[in-house]
Amino acid sequence: MSDVNTKKLITDPLSDNNPITVQILGVCSALAVTGNIANALVMGVAVTLVTAFSNLTISSLRNYIPGRIRLIVQLVVIAALVTLVGEALKAFAYDLSKELSVYIGLIITNCIVMGRLEAFAMGNKPLPSFLDGIGNGLGYAAILLIVGTIRELFGTGSLLGFTFFGEEAFHNISFLKHGFFHAFFHNGLMVLPIASIFIIGIIIWIQRSKNQELVDIS
Amino acid sequence: MGDLINIFVKSAFVENMILIYFLGMCSYLAVSKSVKTALGLGAAVIFVLGVTAPVNWIIRENLLVEGALSWISPSLENVSLEFLGLIIYIGVIAAMVQLVEMVIEKFSPSLYLSLGIFLPLITVNCSILGGTLFMITKEYNLVESLVFGLGSGFGFFLAIVSLAAIREKIRYSNIPAPLRGLGMAFIITGLMGLAFMGLMGIKL
Repeated sequence: MSDVNTKKLITDPLSDNNPITVQILGVCSALAVTGNIANALVMGVAVTLVTAFSNLTISSLRNYIPGRIRLIVQLVVIAALVTLVGEALKAFAYDLSKELSVYIGLIITNCIVMGRLEAFAMGNKPLPSFLDGIGNGLGYAAILLIVGTIRELFGTGSLLGFTFFGEEAFHNISFLKHGFFHAFFHNGLMVLPIASIFIIGIIIWIQRSKNQELVDIS
Repeated sequence: MGDLINIFVKSAFVENMILIYFLGMCSYLAVSKSVKTALGLGAAVIFVLGVTAPVNWIIRENLLVEGALSWISPSLENVSLEFLGLIIYIGVIAAMVQLVEMVIEKFSPSLYLSLGIFLPLITVNCSILGGTLFMITKEYNLVESLVFGLGSGFGFFLAIVSLAAIREKIRYSNIPAPLRGLGMAFIITGLMGLAFMGLMGIKL
């Protein structure tokens, strides 16, 4: 395994082969949990961990799994890992786990995990599979962070709880008091989950106009 | 009876799995290229959701929640197996999807071929597992969870068939090339979601 290959495993899913905008995997959770950056960050980390370690596990077991029951074996491995992540979140960040509610459990049915197991881990060695899992998890997290940033900034005028726009922002800094920042109105559409679907649509548009190879004619 | 109709209408329209919660988007975006396959997948999802929600309810109430095992022996009263929930629910779903696959293969081989890989992928369709998880958070009883499952399935059916119909028509429109296909499907879904959000104010 050459050095270039290893790098490609991580960087490819970040743009050219992004799980969300190119492979259409794991769209569901990407749309629902991106209301603010904190949620997007937790979800990104959780999915990256689950993808990486399920890839590692399945790849090390791949020669011993009978073809007939491979879906069930994969599901059990994924479900066990997701249960671990869910319990850890409940223990260390209870409020966040309440806010993400069913979406942590839904990582099990996140197509990224299953899709990468089928497409990569079943046919490759453990180390590349682990890296592939990390790469795809990061590609997913990148889209989540972009959408989460846009939605939080324009929806509530703040980033990570620090207010940028609106009447509350900079009210004790006199020269910013009556400027552009003050005139901002909160955008109700951005608070709703529906905003993320438009944002991802536009991300796809931008990405495909930069990279003509991805355009589908049909 | 009125309650049950309310739950059905609510789960199908007001809290539509796809257009309000965005669950099950992957197969929704991938299988919506023609109305015919969309009809088949929609029907399969209605069946799987309608069966797995009540079955998972029965399993949860009788095996998993705290104190549920006391019918075996009183000493198990404080045992809670809820942490095993996800693994068991997904097992039930996988079994049901396997069943549907066998039935469709037997009675409609042409539909079986046109659905292809997306039939087994119902297993990892988030709206199915989401149905079970929402049923738990909403604390429905057995009959209510059956109606909720059927309603959510009907909502999925409605959404995927509408998107397929729109995509069949829009194929001949003059859309910027990079936006064609997937990008446009996203935007259409967003507009449909906006329309469905208009139902949110309805008190049921």
